[in-house]
Amino acid sequence: MFVTTLIAGLVLGGTYALVAMGLTLQYGISRIMNLAYGETIIAASFLAYALSSSFNINPLISLVLAAPLGFVFSYLIYGLMLRPLVARSKTAMALEIDSILATFGLLFVIQGVMLLMFGGNYISYSYMNFGVDIFGASVAANRLLALVLALALGGGLYLLLTRTLWGTALRAVAVAPSSAPLVGIDANRAVRLAFALGGALAACGGVVISMYQTFTATTGVVFTMKALIVVIMGGVGNLLGALSAGLILGLVETFVATYVSPGLTLAAVYLIFLGILLWRPSGLFGKARR
Amino acid sequence: MTNTSRRRALKTLSLSAILLCTTAGFSAIAQERTSVKIGYVVSKTGPNAGGAGITTIPNYVLWAKEVKDAGGLELPGGKRLPIEVIEYDDRSSAEEVVRATERLATQDKVDFILAPWGTGFNLAVAPLFDRFGYPQLAVSAVTDKAPQFVKRWKKSFWMLGGGHDYTEALAGVLTKAKAAGTINGKIAMISVADGFGIDLVTAARPSFKKAGLDVTYDVTYPAGTTDFTPMINEAAKGGADTFVAFSYPPETFAITQQAQVAKFNPKVMYLGVGTGFPVYGKNNGPNAEGIMSLGGIDPKNEANAAYRKRHEDVTGKAPDLWGSVITYASLQMLQEAIKRKGIDREAVSNELSTGSFKTVLGDTKMEDNQLRTLWFGGQWQNGQFVAIAPVDRPGATKPVLPKPAWQAK
Repeated sequence: MFVTTLIAGLVLGGTYALVAMGLTLQYGISRIMNLAYGETIIAASFLAYALSSSFNINPLISLVLAAPLGFVFSYLIYGLMLRPLVARSKTAMALEIDSILATFGLLFVIQGVMLLMFGGNYISYSYMNFGVDIFGASVAANRLLALVLALALGGGLYLLLTRTLWGTALRAVAVAPSSAPLVGIDANRAVRLAFALGGALAACGGVVISMYQTFTATTGVVFTMKALIVVIMGGVGNLLGALSAGLILGLVETFVATYVSPGLTLAAVYLIFLGILLWRPSGLFGKARR
Repeated sequence: MTNTSRRRALKTLSLSAILLCTTAGFSAIAQERTSVKIGYVVSKTGPNAGGAGITTIPNYVLWAKEVKDAGGLELPGGKRLPIEVIEYDDRSSAEEVVRATERLATQDKVDFILAPWGTGFNLAVAPLFDRFGYPQLAVSAVTDKAPQFVKRWKKSFWMLGGGHDYTEALAGVLTKAKAAGTINGKIAMISVADGFGIDLVTAARPSFKKAGLDVTYDVTYPAGTTDFTPMINEAAKGGADTFVAFSYPPETFAITQQAQVAKFNPKVMYLGVGTGFPVYGKNNGPNAEGIMSLGGIDPKNEANAAYRKRHEDVTGKAPDLWGSVITYASLQMLQEAIKRKGIDREAVSNELSTGSFKTVLGDTKMEDNQLRTLWFGGQWQNGQFVAIAPVDRPGATKPVLPKPAWQAK
């Protein structure tokens, strides 16, 4: 029983982690609080749904397609829409407010386009909805895929960020955006790359989630909210933080639902959130900011 | 002196304004009417859009098109007037639905207002409909308090029954199955902690108790829950072979998928809103077989079958198998009442309340401003969501129990 609950919790947490990792890159490195993040996820879900229902294309192929599309889309959004804001903002605070307002508008643009194209109906299809037996617990294959993807992407990107020169540059920009150019780092380019990478991660998450979760054109904001909690809990800009915070949330929800009451899952999530922030104000893996 | 004169001037001005307004009103009445204005406020965006987009909006669109194709709304004496439709989106916000409904009544001065989607939204606008004297044909609202509402708001009509009706019908089916030895009479029950789930589970507890059924697991979960694995595992443990979930569509879909993954095969599986969506049957194929829910249709009813075909031709999608047909019938009733009584809202409300109508449901008549001839329970059988309860109503199909086991894909 305990093992079953543990595995179910990890698998649920995998979804949360997968959704949150892109946002942590965008917010942590690019310093853009992207409120349209959830819409990017849903757009990818729609892509997978449309390809699968009208052209019978395997959602796994859509996954490979969606990642570069998400990358290019976010790259363009940053270049066209956010770069001018970054250029004109004098302080980090001003940029934060500007980016929140701008992406809040973007949220409605993307949502409106999706509403026009697909309408407001519930969309669901199922793919890979069979049980996989892990230590006696039957786990949905599509959810397991989300966990594996979260671990692989999270681990891979972590290695990339810590072991390569390129990653070191990204981290340098995250820590000290104004000093990074002094050592020859093209901060603008690094920030744009990180934002686009975040978009690619969101698109991956969207495709995987569409395999098992019902969505509508307007559910994006739910994902943004959840991702934001995970990001802040894990420490802004920290991939391993997002990964572990996501898994913790999944475990808490599942254990509370099993041993206490399913009605208290949300309360428990926010309690843990509060507890971690009291204990470590800048998140699990966050460095204290001056 | 100047003061007084200004005051007087203002008085004169306001008085003349009032007079002008009244004359304008008179002249509007005296003027020959060229159209009938119909307005409605419905959730086109936001969390309610999924429900409104299947049960309400397509039927309003279909009806408006049919009236237009017929050359307009027929009035007493056979004259036809074209309809002018004014539509607002309430963005799934209760404040917005009230504001926009008020606008329809006071600014657009529409002749009739069609009801919004959802129990809460219909309750939110009911005082407004009452104050401005519009009949309210509330279809997508499930409430046990309808008899009280009818007394409070005389022109309100409640057409989808109350939670109690549905749970009594379910208890009836279960009691029969228990007596036949098909099920052991133990029930595991989960419900969403939101309007629909709370109403239904509150009605279900006494219904099951009265029927001598034993509820072994009874929990609520917050709306928006996506992972039901823990609840399914717990429900399976208690020895219950009946699983009931009063859920919203995204959860209904998720429970169906996750029960398959967990190889959870109760003998009776009863799920909430969304089970009666055509897409449910399409997505789940043979695995939808035997699953029960609220609503259902009589597959042998020809008027209903013809309606379903028209709905699909005009809106491009099939109607759901619970509230859609009732929504359409409510519009037919309104249309017929206008044909009999004209644009006089008072007379139309009276006619709706006392008259008898031919609709896609057959001969339809309100009882105490409520529609009571309804299907309270249905089951997927051979790719159709057929009505199984109330069992004594003509046209009811016999339930197939136990539910067949999940098929591997």
